[in-house]
Amino acid sequence: MTATQLTPPQTGKKPPSRRERKRVMGAGKQLHAGPVTYVVLTLFALVSLAPLVWTAIAASRTNARLAQTPPPLWFGGNLFKNLETAWEEAGLGTAMVNSVIVAGTITVATVLFSTLAGFAFAKLRFKFSNVLLLLTIGTMMVPPQLAVVPLYLWMADLGWSNQLQTVVLPTLVTAFGVFFMRQYLVQALPTELIEAARVDGASSLRIVWHVVFPAARPAMAVLGLLTFVFAWNDFLWPIIALNQENPTVQVALNSLGTGYVPDQSVIMAGALLGTLPLLIAFLLFGKQIVGGIMQGAIKG
Amino acid sequence: MTSSKQALAHSASSADAAPGEQPGAAGRAHGRGTPPEPGPGSWRSKLYRWDMKASPYAFISPFFIVFGAFSLVPLLYTAWYSLHNVQLSDLDGQSWAGLKNYENLLSSDFFWNSLWVTFTIGVISTVPQLLMAIGLAHLLNYKLRGSVVWRVVMLTPYATSVAAATLVFVLLYSWDGGMINWMLGFVGIDPVNWTESDWGSKFAVSTIVIWRWTGYNALIYLAAMQAIPADLYESAAIDGANRWQQFLHVTIPQLRPTILFTVVVSTIGATQLFGEPLLFGGVSGSKGGSGHQFQTLGLYMYDQGWIIGNLGKASAIAWSMFLILLIVAAVNLLISRRLRKSQ
Repeated sequence: MTATQLTPPQTGKKPPSRRERKRVMGAGKQLHAGPVTYVVLTLFALVSLAPLVWTAIAASRTNARLAQTPPPLWFGGNLFKNLETAWEEAGLGTAMVNSVIVAGTITVATVLFSTLAGFAFAKLRFKFSNVLLLLTIGTMMVPPQLAVVPLYLWMADLGWSNQLQTVVLPTLVTAFGVFFMRQYLVQALPTELIEAARVDGASSLRIVWHVVFPAARPAMAVLGLLTFVFAWNDFLWPIIALNQENPTVQVALNSLGTGYVPDQSVIMAGALLGTLPLLIAFLLFGKQIVGGIMQGAIKG
Repeated sequence: MTSSKQALAHSASSADAAPGEQPGAAGRAHGRGTPPEPGPGSWRSKLYRWDMKASPYAFISPFFIVFGAFSLVPLLYTAWYSLHNVQLSDLDGQSWAGLKNYENLLSSDFFWNSLWVTFTIGVISTVPQLLMAIGLAHLLNYKLRGSVVWRVVMLTPYATSVAAATLVFVLLYSWDGGMINWMLGFVGIDPVNWTESDWGSKFAVSTIVIWRWTGYNALIYLAAMQAIPADLYESAAIDGANRWQQFLHVTIPQLRPTILFTVVVSTIGATQLFGEPLLFGGVSGSKGGSGHQFQTLGLYMYDQGWIIGNLGKASAIAWSMFLILLIVAAVNLLISRRLRKSQ
C-alpha cells in the first residue's frame, strides 16, 4: 500500500551551528514539550485508562448499587463474588483455555509462515515475485465477511461446527504478517550473508534456520505479540463458528452481555477477566508492541 | 533501530557458525567464492538448482494456500450462494433463486437503513478519530519525559477487546445510573437515552470505536512524523514559519501518504463494523436497537444469516459490502491522484 519513504532524520550536510539553530524559532526538530502538552496528554491518558479502571470498580460492586445515581467511584467489597459468578456463568474457564489454544496456534503459525514468505519476497529472486507480492498486499482489501457463509456451511459439512480448528484454520497466516516480515528483512538481513551461505553450499532450509530466523527474531517477537492481540480479540468469525458450549473468551463475554436478566456487576467482572491476560501482556511487552506498530506503520 | 542492529550482529555470527557445523561441508573443500558443484550434471548440483528454484514458492505457498482456501474460494462461493435460496434450518435444500436475493435487498428498507447507518457511524467515528490522532501524534513527537509510558498508555484501549470495551460503554451510557448521563447532569444537560435515540446511539457506538483506535492511529502518525527530515523544519523556521505554520505546511503535507493509508484502513474497518453495535444493543443487538438505529451492514448480514436464518440473503449482503468497498477504494484512488496532481 502507501509506502512512506523512510529518510533518516540526520542528513549528511552539517547544520549551521547549534547556537544558530537554537536562535531560529522552532528549528530543532525535537522540541521540548511545554506544560500544555503535558496537560493535554494527561487528559488523553485519563480517557484511555478510565474505562478500564472503572470496569474494576463496577466489578467490585453489586448490581443494585450500579443502578443508583451517582455511580460508584471507588471500589466495593463484592469483587471476588462477582468474579466467581462470571467465571461460572459464562464458562470462562473453558473459554480461557480455548482462547489460549486458538490465539497461541494462530500466533505460532502466522509468525512462522510470515517469516518464510517475508524472506522469500525480501531476498529471493523468482518469477512473478513482484506480482505475487502486490497480490498479497491486495488481499488485505477482502473483508472477512465475504468468506463467512461458505466457511460456515463447509465446517458444518465436515462436522467441525463448534470446534476450535474451525476458528484457527482461516487465519493461519495473514497478508499483514507477510508484508511486515518482508519490510523488516529487506533491511535487517544483508543479501551477502545469504549469498555467502549459498556459496558454502547451504540449502534454503539451512539458510532459513541459521541465517533468516536469527536475523528476524526481533520482528518475529513483535509480530507474535500483535498477532496474539488480534487473535485473542477476534469476534466475527468465532461468534458464528462457535456456540456457548465451546466458546472463546469473546464469545463467552457476548453471552454474558446478551443475557435477558443481566447482572451488570457480573458482566463487568467478566469483562475484567477477559481483558486481564492481554493487559498483563501489555504491561510486560507494551514497549515492543508500540515499537512494532510504529515500525509496521513507517514501512507499511 | 537498535534492535535491527542487534539482529545484524546476531545473524552475522550465526551465519559464520553455520557452514562449520556441516559435516564435510562443500564450503570447506572449495573455500568461499567457489561454486559447490563438483560437476554440472551431478545430482547434488541438480538438487541445488532445484532448491534455488522451488524454495521461494514453497516459502510463500502457505499464505496463498490459506488465502485461497479460506478467502478466495469462499468469496466465489458466497457469490454462488447469493444466487441461491439457502436456509440455515435446511442446509441441504438449496435451490436456484437468481437475482431474487439482490432484488429483496434493494427493496428492503432495512438494507438502505443499514447502509445509511454504516455511512454515518463511519464518518462520525473515523473523522474525529484521525484528527485527534494527528494532534496526539504531534504532542507525542515533542521531547517528553517518559515518552514510552505515554505511548503505551495511549495504546491500552487497543489491547481491550471489542466485547470487553463495549460492555463497559453500555454501562457508562446507561439511561439511569450511567456515568455519562450523571456527568452531563453536572453541566445541566438532560440525560440522553443513548441506546434508544437515533443520533445518541450512533454517537455512543462511534465513541467506542474512537476510544479503541485513536491511540493506534496516533502511533502510526508518530512514526511517519519521526521520519520527516529535520532540515525541512529548519528551512521553514528560517523562512519565518512559526510552529503552527510548520505543522500546517511541513508536517501535514509530509504525512499525506500516511493519512491516506489510515483513511483507507479506517474506511475498511468502518464498513465492517460489527462487534460494537452487536454488543451495544444487548438482547436486540443483531437488530441494532429497537428501531434498527445502529444496525450496520455487518450486523444486518449477521441478523439475516444467523438470526433469521437466510444464508442466501446474507451472502448477497456480503457481496454488496464488497462492491461498496471497491467503490470506496476507487474513489480514494481518484482523490489521491487529484491530490498528487495538484501538488
